[in-house]
Amino acid sequence: MQQSSPLSPAAAPIVEIQGVWFGYDAAHSVLRDINMSIPRGSVVGIMGQSGCGKTTLLRVIMGAYLPTKGAARVLGRATSELDRDGLYLMRRRMGMLFQFGALFTDLSVYENVAFPLREHAQLPEALLHDLVMMKLQAVGLRGAAGRMPTELSGGMGRRVALARSIALDPQLMLYDEPFTGLDPISFGVIVRLIRQLNDSLGATSIIVTHDVQEALDVVDYVYFMAAGRVIAQGTPEEIRASAEPFVNQFVNGKLEGPVPFHYPAPDYGADLELAAP
Amino acid sequence: MRQADKLVQEARARLERLGATVTSQVLRLGFASRFLFYLVMHSGTALRRFRLTIAEVYFAGVLSLIIILVSGLFVGMVLALQGYETLQRFGASESLGVLVALSLVRELGPVVAGLLFASRAGSAITAEIGLMKATEQLSAMEMMAVDPIARVVAPRFWGGVISMPLLAALFSAMGIFGGYLVGVQLIGVDAGAFWSQMQAAVDLRNDIVNGVIKSAVFGVAVAWIAVFEGYDAPPTAEGVSRATTRTVVTSSLAILALDFVLTALMFTGGKAS
Repeated sequence: MQQSSPLSPAAAPIVEIQGVWFGYDAAHSVLRDINMSIPRGSVVGIMGQSGCGKTTLLRVIMGAYLPTKGAARVLGRATSELDRDGLYLMRRRMGMLFQFGALFTDLSVYENVAFPLREHAQLPEALLHDLVMMKLQAVGLRGAAGRMPTELSGGMGRRVALARSIALDPQLMLYDEPFTGLDPISFGVIVRLIRQLNDSLGATSIIVTHDVQEALDVVDYVYFMAAGRVIAQGTPEEIRASAEPFVNQFVNGKLEGPVPFHYPAPDYGADLELAAP
Repeated sequence: MRQADKLVQEARARLERLGATVTSQVLRLGFASRFLFYLVMHSGTALRRFRLTIAEVYFAGVLSLIIILVSGLFVGMVLALQGYETLQRFGASESLGVLVALSLVRELGPVVAGLLFASRAGSAITAEIGLMKATEQLSAMEMMAVDPIARVVAPRFWGGVISMPLLAALFSAMGIFGGYLVGVQLIGVDAGAFWSQMQAAVDLRNDIVNGVIKSAVFGVAVAWIAVFEGYDAPPTAEGVSRATTRTVVTSSLAILALDFVLTALMFTGGKAS
């Protein structure tokens, strides 16, 4: 199956995944022959069931894991060719929003957003203050600058984490399940922010999620994964109209389909020790 | 014959389990050693931006002061009571100051302060780093191109290493004060004899410096174990809980074992070197 299909063939891809295989041990491959091409400026969704390899793929893209076979080219460099310093240089041009925000609980909201700037840029305090306030304003939380992460709701925490991840104006934004556990209002806010920030920063975004319907409203292109493989891809319209049984079951939340409701188990009657009539 | 085969099989299985345990422990020790080497090599940030380390000295050292000072006071008071009991039998009760000071400076100060430090600060360091790992804060740092070992682990390690000798010194000082309260103020040992004999008998090189060396070694051991256990903890509630317990147990055993080794190395048989 030819998997890679850029949104716009004219745009140079910012992430290129070429025949990537990865496994935590030699016996089991989590990712199997993944091919992707993600053009600059797009918002791309990687969707699939929990445990299908989405987050692992995200970690391959950020260089935390190296492919056992194939190559992951990110921002023009193959991650497997980079040493630690090279990897860190590459990550300065990337931002990542973690599933639960991963805010530093010992630092205030202000200091959380200031953290990457303090670590990487020797800025005068006044300029740093202005930058932090601009990032917080972008996510609507300038008024919460003095609060501690423990005083924030889940949605607010996620927005602060978003402000922190865009502090260095990244070219590539990675979102790991950004919608998990959010109420509908926070959900809508995050969806809108992802699109807005992507377009205003001129960045590229990759969203790993299983919240299909909402994500389909914000992405330009979707890769569907199952059991470590890309099984379908296309624009949101193509995905919604897809006849692929797995995609159809997943997008419409059907109980019946290729993904069974029951985890493989021995015969039910035998488990309950029922005698045959 | 079958019985014999079964016994052989059981013995083999036990040996295999023992071998696996030993192998995994040796591997873990090797991993911990590489971790320490990497930590020391990447301590530039902790030393250049010294306020990061100072914050950890406050966290590990200043916040441990209450338990250290109160424990030191009571240990000194008990030493004076017990020491007087024995010394007065030989008519040497005026040497009480020497007994209290030498016991504290050479042994009890570093050892008891080390044990308390492992329980109070070591466990806190492990839990904090472990929870940072479990809540992806360390991964977030990695993603921001910030090395968590340089930014989080190294300041905590050096904070512990700096705090420990200071806490041991304060423990000993407080213990001597406790001994003075009980020996001189309560029992009535002559104050002049208490202090002058102490001053004459306690040697800077053989007693005080050796005590400081011991406490510094314990500081390195406890801080190393605490940061390693935290960094290596499985990112779950149970994993962090087990790591915290392991820090206290391993640190305590390490302190006692190292104390014996160091005492043996420093032993002069009563002759000043």
